[in-house]
Amino acid sequence: MQINTLKTFLFSILLATSFLSYASESDPENDKPFDTKELIFHHIKDSHSFHVAGHLSIPLPVILWTKNGLTTFMSSEFHHDVDGKTIVENNGQKFVNLHEKIYQLEDGATAVNFDKEHHPTNAVKPLDFSITKNVFSMFLSMIVLLLIFFTAAKSYRKSANGMPSGIAKFTEPIILFIRDEVAIPNIGEKKYKKYMPFLLTLFFFIWLNNIFGLIPFFPFSSNLSGNIAFTLSLAAITFVITLFSSKKYYWKHMLWMPGLPVPMKLFLAPIEFMGMFIKPIALTIRLFANITAGHIIVLSLISLTFIFQNYVVGAGSVLFVVFISVIEVLVVAIQAYIFTMLSALYFGQALEEEH
Amino acid sequence: MSLLLLQEAAMNFGPLAAIGAGLAAVGGGIGVGKIGGAAMEAMARQPEMQGKLQGSAIVLIAFIEAVALFGVVVSFLVAG
Repeated sequence: MQINTLKTFLFSILLATSFLSYASESDPENDKPFDTKELIFHHIKDSHSFHVAGHLSIPLPVILWTKNGLTTFMSSEFHHDVDGKTIVENNGQKFVNLHEKIYQLEDGATAVNFDKEHHPTNAVKPLDFSITKNVFSMFLSMIVLLLIFFTAAKSYRKSANGMPSGIAKFTEPIILFIRDEVAIPNIGEKKYKKYMPFLLTLFFFIWLNNIFGLIPFFPFSSNLSGNIAFTLSLAAITFVITLFSSKKYYWKHMLWMPGLPVPMKLFLAPIEFMGMFIKPIALTIRLFANITAGHIIVLSLISLTFIFQNYVVGAGSVLFVVFISVIEVLVVAIQAYIFTMLSALYFGQALEEEH
Repeated sequence: MSLLLLQEAAMNFGPLAAIGAGLAAVGGGIGVGKIGGAAMEAMARQPEMQGKLQGSAIVLIAFIEAVALFGVVVSFLVAG
């Protein structure tokens, strides 16, 4: 136990220091003052190339749907330019990268013009299906999940007495926990089985992506579960499943609650109806804000070193980063649990019958 | 209308966003503290219920925390 704690501590310090080197390399060599906000947003935003260290980045494919059809090229053609100066010509169309958003120049334009608020005036956004950093990270976590669970499934098939072995020893208690503590109490003994695959996928997918976000080096470190589009999609799936599994009782209790005076019914119905949409929105923002806040706290603490340029502050901020990282390990698991738990709760509410 | 107000706020009250984030943290702190205190008390009274109490306390804390984080997100948007 003692050794384990020490190992974890050393590993966390390693992680924290690798963050430090990462931050120092993105610090510009010229005499510009250190911009904390830019550093933080660079790290939490999605991007068209994967920054590894220093000047080394992995280019990712840019896939666009324009008026002339599909256009693909590698993001390395932009040469790390995000101010719209480098123009990439492909298929007779011109593209620029403006703060990690791809814009298409209008016909005849040779450079991007900006208005007062720095919005481009002669460029439009095509439909962007690019494999960005977040999408890459999502594919990675899918592969890892498939590997883990195919291995686990195989170990059950091989064992004679149904005992788990290998990685299944790790996954079985978690799966049983989701079944016994999340699915059965919320959805009910009879109907929980239909929802188990979704709940398990949700839990492991969110958890793994959260963990990948905490590891500060390639090929992890992208802020996928702190991306509002990602969390919104997951919450939307929960919402759709809730709607499709809803029974008469659910709608009756939402729109015309039995046992209440009519004015009260008229008053409560719109509130309850809005609540139906607010639930998935709250799911979305809870996960998004928790994970993004975790990343921002770690990056802000690291930035303190560069703001004060002082060894004492540096040592202090590393200690704090280790402390926060240890808390984050707990938080990411709890957030995955809460997302799953609340989804199960909503399914349970939708499935309730008259009693 | 509200968007215009937000833009206006972003121009004039940027630093106030930090105060907003702080207030959100205060609210969250009070809520989490109350839940934590009550959960501890309940666990001390009935140690055999510890598992269940812990689970529901964590879920309740998540609700409170979400409200505090809404505040943080809004102040982030305002600060631009």
